[in-house]
Amino acid sequence: MDNINNLQFENIPAEQFEFVQDADRIHDKELQTKARSFFADAMIRFSKNKSSVAAAWILLFLILFAIFAPMISPYGVKDLDKLYVNYPPYLEWAAEHGIKSLSGAKVFDSQNDVAMNFWKGIAVETGKDPVLETLASHEYEVKSRGKMVTKYSYDIRINAYYALGITYRVFSFEEFKKIQDWQNEHGIQIIYPYVEPSDISGITDNPNIWYKVDAKGAAVLDKDGNFVPMYSKRQEIAGAEYNSLRIPGDDGSYIYSCAKSGAVQCRIEYYNYYTYLFGHVPQYIFGTSSMGMDLFSAIGIGARFSLVFAVLVSAINLTIGAIYGAVQGYYGGWVDMLLDRIGDVLDRVPFVVVITLFQYHLARKVGVVPSFLFAFVLTGWIGMSALTRKQFYRFKSQEFVMAARTLGASDSRLMFKHIFPNAIGTIITRCALIIPGVIGTETSVTYLGIVDLSSFAGTSIGTLLSQGNATATTAPHGMLWPSVFIGLLMICFNLFGNGLRDAFNPTTRGVED
Amino acid sequence: MLKYVIKRLFYMIIVFFIITLMCFVLIRMLPLPVLPPEDSHTKVLLMRREALGYNEPYLVQFWIFLKNIFTKFDWGLSEKLYFGREVWDIFSQKLPATMLVNFYSIILSIPFGIIIGIIAALKKNTWVDYTLSTVTMVVISVPSFVYAFLIQYIFCYKLKWFPFLMKSGTDWFSPAMFVSMIPPIMALSFGTIASFTRTTRAELTEVLTSEFMLLARTKGLTKAQATVRHALRNCAVVIVPSIFGEFIGILGGAIIIEKIFAVPGVGGLTLNAITGLDYNIFMLSTCFYTAVGLLAGIVVDISYGFIDPRIRMGSRK
Repeated sequence: MDNINNLQFENIPAEQFEFVQDADRIHDKELQTKARSFFADAMIRFSKNKSSVAAAWILLFLILFAIFAPMISPYGVKDLDKLYVNYPPYLEWAAEHGIKSLSGAKVFDSQNDVAMNFWKGIAVETGKDPVLETLASHEYEVKSRGKMVTKYSYDIRINAYYALGITYRVFSFEEFKKIQDWQNEHGIQIIYPYVEPSDISGITDNPNIWYKVDAKGAAVLDKDGNFVPMYSKRQEIAGAEYNSLRIPGDDGSYIYSCAKSGAVQCRIEYYNYYTYLFGHVPQYIFGTSSMGMDLFSAIGIGARFSLVFAVLVSAINLTIGAIYGAVQGYYGGWVDMLLDRIGDVLDRVPFVVVITLFQYHLARKVGVVPSFLFAFVLTGWIGMSALTRKQFYRFKSQEFVMAARTLGASDSRLMFKHIFPNAIGTIITRCALIIPGVIGTETSVTYLGIVDLSSFAGTSIGTLLSQGNATATTAPHGMLWPSVFIGLLMICFNLFGNGLRDAFNPTTRGVED
Repeated sequence: MLKYVIKRLFYMIIVFFIITLMCFVLIRMLPLPVLPPEDSHTKVLLMRREALGYNEPYLVQFWIFLKNIFTKFDWGLSEKLYFGREVWDIFSQKLPATMLVNFYSIILSIPFGIIIGIIAALKKNTWVDYTLSTVTMVVISVPSFVYAFLIQYIFCYKLKWFPFLMKSGTDWFSPAMFVSMIPPIMALSFGTIASFTRTTRAELTEVLTSEFMLLARTKGLTKAQATVRHALRNCAVVIVPSIFGEFIGILGGAIIIEKIFAVPGVGGLTLNAITGLDYNIFMLSTCFYTAVGLLAGIVVDISYGFIDPRIRMGSRK
């Protein structure tokens, strides 16, 4: 069979042959696909990593927050409220719509009837009921005049902003007039009738009491269970003329201020006074810090500093580290050894010590922030230089370097034009991992109080955290929001950095370095 | 091996002296604290300053400093915080608290970290592994004061299981002291557990795919036997040094935790010395932290050599 088949092809006439190609020239086809650069390739790999992409978006959101929060917030760094200190998150709109987390609520345990009457007193006078809801009521028995009496106590949630109620303020005559004009214009009551301490059992430290009280400060109610007003009617002690809103039940005889050596003392409702001062009601979406600062803008301000600082430090460290590492790796030999030892010694100095010494020596001469920056730069470049050095050792003996050298390229050209671009992926990755490191260290150091940035940046996340930590039990929001912010920022930066590393060095996927 | 150890130790000592000298000179360059004129210690302190050569060149001062340490173990007197007291006495009183908290924390972290790491490696690429790896990543990223706050708020305030701050006193091994140590131990352990988990997982996944594991299974060992006898032993080459390194390392990194939980330890002392400008205490702390850092590095390197015969052989040639 085989023989027969082969025979068929042995004597084929020449005319049966034809050229496959005659006119066409044989050459490679032009590449139809678009050339993809190293970066485009890395970006495609990066976008396949879902967690890193999510982290990148959250990161973008946090950065936008840091930029815009201080702008959106009506408060600046200097707006420190002396009374709204450590107050919970509050937005009037949200409170009206029953959103509990923004209703400025604090929980008060075991409020007896004296305390409940006190809250009621504020509600009756100002028209703003501080008690939001009763969580639980307890029954207990006490011995009173030989008999057992059943009493009740309540666990309640109160609006801390309403509960502040009335405070004493001393105004100049012009200011007093201005407030009256404002009251007439807006129809909002700020100044409430004056109460003489002698009428309320000599209580001078509690401006919220306007009714008849016993010696212990407990309200004495009339037979219908109503408060007995004790507003002063003594015109001779009145500080200034009052021609403005009067409270219901006032026949024009109540006085609204008291003379105080060239000024007037009044009882003002702080919530409305605040509106008069700032043009809006209190709105602290994250609450206030223990300095009376709006946490929303404070976190933004702190974060803005942290981010700018971290980017600056990383840029400087990367530049120094890259050049140092390049020289080390390229020349090798004794240069490498000498530079390596210098880096090694610097690297071994504990960072706390570095920061402290810089603060001691330089903070007063060049300012806190520059000396802080120098401390980071002194040791921060070492990791980068070690990385670059490794890359240089890897590439410097390869053929393309030898080829370039044969063509007469200088040392610096070889280093930065031929070898360095090969290490760029590693460097970008490193950058994304240095930034969270710097932010973390900066936060820790300001948290510990070794460096105080408040004179330069206003505040910092670390400072906010340490202020919040002091009152972590009574006002946990002061610690919570900065913690959430810094935690999220660090997690996202690390995820993002890991994603970048995998994208730029696909071979080292999953290996920690 | 011995030659290698000696060489490393020698190098370490030189680095230590260079760093100490740098810090010493920088600290001595600072203006001296003004002593209260009426205090009885002031005269003594002034005489001591004279004896320590405060008017001499810095190198002479350093020489006197070293001589005092090596002959009398005298680190100077506190001039601000603990006026007129020996710095070393104060420091050695603070040392037990720091050591104990760190010791307990490492004891807690080793089993947890390694076991979680093994689970994650054995269940690689399942939801168990993904969850554990995510949690590990989160714990490593989040700064330690955040979970210190969580522990304090949840366990100390809401549940009231532990006291807020560490108990003062020197009864280091009493039950009350131990209970009050639990929050700082927990806060320190989270990070350590997470880093052990990550190391173990990374190592074990690599070893599990190697060929000798296949051989072990082919010759009839069960998966558990093969993992424990062959894979884990190979992982130990990396894990054990990291335990040594971590133990010495967290001695140096616990300042924040010590501050939050009021641990009467070295970190708090250092912090007070920094803010209170007590230079002699700060100098001692600097030496301590530098030594701790250097020791961590060298112990890791040497333990690699002891555990892994390949590295030991390599160093001999």
